[in-house]
Amino acid sequence: MDWMTLSPEEWTAVRLSLKVALVATLVSLPFGVAVATALARGRFWGHSLLNGFVLLPLILPPVVTGYVLLILFGRRGPVGSFLADHLGIVFSFRWTGAALACGVMGFPLMVRAIRLSIEAVDMRLEEAAGTLGASRAWVFLTVTLPLIVPGIITGMILCFAKAMGEFGATITFVSNIPGETQTLPSAIYTFTQVPGGDAGALRLTLVSVAIAMLALLASELMARSANRRLDIE
Amino acid sequence: MTLAIDIRHRLGSFPLDARFETGSGLIALFGRSGSGKTSIINIIAGLIRPEQGRVTIGDTVLVDTARGIFVPRHRRRIGYVFQEGRLFPHLTVRQNLLYGRWFAPQPAARDDLDRVVDLLGIGSVLERRPGRLSGGEKQRVAIGRALLASPRLLLMDEPLASLDEARKAEILPYIERLRDQTRVPIVYVSHSIAEVTRLASTLVLLSEGKVAAVGPTAEIMHRLDLFPLTGRAEAGAVVEARVERHDERFALTELRSRAGLWRLPRLDVPVGARLRLRVRARDVMLAKSAPTDLSALNVLPGTVADISARDGPIVEVRLDCGGEALIARLTRYSVDRLGLTAGTPVFALVKSVALDRRSLSGPMQAERSADAEANDM
Repeated sequence: MDWMTLSPEEWTAVRLSLKVALVATLVSLPFGVAVATALARGRFWGHSLLNGFVLLPLILPPVVTGYVLLILFGRRGPVGSFLADHLGIVFSFRWTGAALACGVMGFPLMVRAIRLSIEAVDMRLEEAAGTLGASRAWVFLTVTLPLIVPGIITGMILCFAKAMGEFGATITFVSNIPGETQTLPSAIYTFTQVPGGDAGALRLTLVSVAIAMLALLASELMARSANRRLDIE
Repeated sequence: MTLAIDIRHRLGSFPLDARFETGSGLIALFGRSGSGKTSIINIIAGLIRPEQGRVTIGDTVLVDTARGIFVPRHRRRIGYVFQEGRLFPHLTVRQNLLYGRWFAPQPAARDDLDRVVDLLGIGSVLERRPGRLSGGEKQRVAIGRALLASPRLLLMDEPLASLDEARKAEILPYIERLRDQTRVPIVYVSHSIAEVTRLASTLVLLSEGKVAAVGPTAEIMHRLDLFPLTGRAEAGAVVEARVERHDERFALTELRSRAGLWRLPRLDVPVGARLRLRVRARDVMLAKSAPTDLSALNVLPGTVADISARDGPIVEVRLDCGGEALIARLTRYSVDRLGLTAGTPVFALVKSVALDRRSLSGPMQAERSADAEANDM
């Protein structure tokens, strides 16, 4: 069973992937909820434009998305240099860049799931909360948000899964540096490019399958308990 | 507290142009569906912004388009009981009831919850979620939730419309208690003449977005010219009566009104209680001389006060029976045959069995015993 044991380098790739996907999902979440709310409820100029912009990474080749990120968020890119100079956040060739790429790729999936659940919320409940004295912000926090928890969970799982599997945009934006930006897919890709790398590729593939299964199970359990709380028979 | 409304607003097929003022008690907005009732209370609640007009409660201006005032709904302190309840599915009944307390300027005291729970009889369902409540329970919780937000006015939009007859009978007494025991004025929207006569002290009659009449319920009900709007089939008179005695041998109850003595199937009401009797026009017959050898027990002398417009086969005749109004629906042929005109002395005949419990309202509903409840089934 020796071939089943992960080498330290492989462990690093697994840990890095989990970290990148988790950070990408958690940081995207508040933006995801905000954009989904705006798209579901807002009536403003540029509504379709925002919708298209959010969905773009889903349709573009990942390499294109990665290249756009490189132009914008690279060390000399307009956004990248600003963030590096003023906030000390550097994306290029760092794991943070991988997280950004994964987050951007997972964002449309997250927004879609949350938006659908917001559209399913009965606005008459929100009206009722208003007549009971709750301002719009309180209505959102005490009525809308609890009712869309299942949608938020689904959105987070989808985003996490996308982030775990993201390859093209990440490798284009931050390359494939072991220990810094080499996530599971990049590591598997590297193994397939060297002679005798088959065993390593297989090990990491099994790890990927296991993580995906766990994520699905967890989402199933969470969605079930959320639905039970809402008493949906 | 006076509620004053003067609004103009465009709605689907007709313009809403309503203007009325009412005092305290239970005010009913009555009219066919689509007459603008719900739009008016949505404007009062702040769910609709009227194109033009003013809404005031007492000294508080809620809407005044001329001065650019529009108080947002969450600052109005107006309780709203919706037709479909609209309870929050993610909260328990207790949390639903206390929801408004988070935002009330002077939060309701702990004993207020107990009092409202007691008033509405929902103590046994406090820890449940709305998904597990019956329709009647949901509506009572919705009423309690609105009350506990300490509103200065309570709006009820056909709160019984989605319930069957048994559930309606279950909730009506609670609304009566609410009307009699709390000082919150209530605006009650309905298209059921039975509910309105039973509950309302003031009636606002709406037709195609306009106010057709405003006044005390009985007065509006007795106006023959409004019958096309109040609904002919269920139309009738409202009689104030007092319980005089019970006849145990034949299981009858005798009521005294200004019109005379009424005999009804035995009611479980203490002697001396006051109640309202609704006598439908189609249950009233007229005779020119005192009839003998007659099964009908209620024979009330009076004079013809008014006869509705004489076209079509059916006319309504309003009687004055000792100062109490009664309405009879007759064929035009009978009116002609009996030679009825204003001032003709007549006797009104009403079968006792036509006056069942559904034609009554008053304090006795709260004191009904368990076996009266069982008889009702």
